[in-house]
Amino acid sequence: MKKFGFEISKGRQLNFDEMKSEKVEKLLELVPSYKWCIGCGGCTAACSAAGFTDFNIRKIHTAFFRAQYEGLDEQLNQCMLCGKCLLVCPRGVNTRSLIINMRRILANVDTVTWRPQRELKSKNEGGNNE
Amino acid sequence: MEKRFWNEYQKEIADDHFFYERSCIRQTFFPGSEAAFLRILRNELGKDICDNPHQHTCTGIGYHSDVVPFETTMTVVARLFSLMTECGYENYVPSCVTSFGVFSEVIEKWENNPKLLEQARQYLWEATKREFNIPKNIVHPSDVIYKFRFDLKPKMKYQLVNRFTGKPLRVVEHIGCHYAKIFPERGIGKAEFPYVLAGMIEAWGGEVIDYPERRHCCGFGFRQYLVQENRGYSIANTKKKFQSMEPYEPDFILTNCPGCNMFLDKWQYTIAEMEHKTYDKEGYGIPVLTYEELAGLLLGYDPWKLGFQLHQVQSEPLFNKIGIAYNPDEKYKGISGRLLPRPARPECLRQD
Repeated sequence: MKKFGFEISKGRQLNFDEMKSEKVEKLLELVPSYKWCIGCGGCTAACSAAGFTDFNIRKIHTAFFRAQYEGLDEQLNQCMLCGKCLLVCPRGVNTRSLIINMRRILANVDTVTWRPQRELKSKNEGGNNE
Repeated sequence: MEKRFWNEYQKEIADDHFFYERSCIRQTFFPGSEAAFLRILRNELGKDICDNPHQHTCTGIGYHSDVVPFETTMTVVARLFSLMTECGYENYVPSCVTSFGVFSEVIEKWENNPKLLEQARQYLWEATKREFNIPKNIVHPSDVIYKFRFDLKPKMKYQLVNRFTGKPLRVVEHIGCHYAKIFPERGIGKAEFPYVLAGMIEAWGGEVIDYPERRHCCGFGFRQYLVQENRGYSIANTKKKFQSMEPYEPDFILTNCPGCNMFLDKWQYTIAEMEHKTYDKEGYGIPVLTYEELAGLLLGYDPWKLGFQLHQVQSEPLFNKIGIAYNPDEKYKGISGRLLPRPARPECLRQD
């Protein structure tokens, strides 16, 4: 390719049609209160972890809903699961459950048995060895 | 009722006796367009139009790039008006949409701040000992062609119809931002329903495509492209438009702004080089025409005299669709009749 001295900037426009929403649907199934959020940011203001890290529940919530999963698992691991956010939420969103389930969905953990799917798969393939 | 409201979206366009001001960049990239406009007005419509050889830049590119201060721009504009006054004309027709925006802005400021007008008169007198009158009517050449579109139609040899299918050609129209987005009342259809190019397409048999990013900027925008490292942002705008229009399979793009014309044409090559992507099915790219080129083409002018060979995306597939006669052997023939060297063919864009 010829060198032009620049590259085409990547757009930041979101196209929901192109996004895969299985993870969002799974989260809504596990935590129905997920859709009640009005984005007030009370959770983020009350967050203990936010005082020491760049953890931001509201930002993570929005990113997950937009299927922008890059780097989210690392962000989510900064939560200490203290539950203060749960106390301040004016809409009664189960924020702690939301974070736990986001972690599990992103880690591809089977949400019924809470075992990593990779582990389950290898056991199933092993037949009656257990 | 509809007609009454639509009347509010019209503008006054002078009927005759125009003073023409040429564009800085159009003569380089689309060199046949301005000559075609003068030919159409003089020979087809029998109008009087003055093409003064002493004209110069309006400073538009420098002004919108924050290089030229307003006072300088105002004085340069005043000198152009003094040329018009000297030639005895009152209707000013600037070829470039940026110039049209600059003149509209300067006059608006003079109307609202008479001290600025006095200052411009003083600066011009001190620098050149010249005086000027403000034009009674300033319109863009696309307005003039729009006004006379039905007068031109009976003279046209071709229509915007695909001769193989008998269906109207599907056209994307793109209007320069400085035409009606700065001063909406100075554009036909204002900024809400710009109709200047759509009116021509419909009158001449084509079908206008209404696609999602129809009113999006082409990416030219002066500051956006002046620094090479920033051009990624500029081309991203153009790419967004192409992606949006691609599913509608346009036969060609029609514009009334030199910058839009240039970028929509040239960036197709750059995108094809960078991403191996063209936005038509056959890999030729989508031809980009000026309204003068389109009018000239339909009137039966020689495409090579209109300068089509200087486009980045070549237009032969479009000529074939309309049925326009052209001689491929004369494509690169100079005015002297001698064949000029052929330009290198890009590998990423198809050419016949």
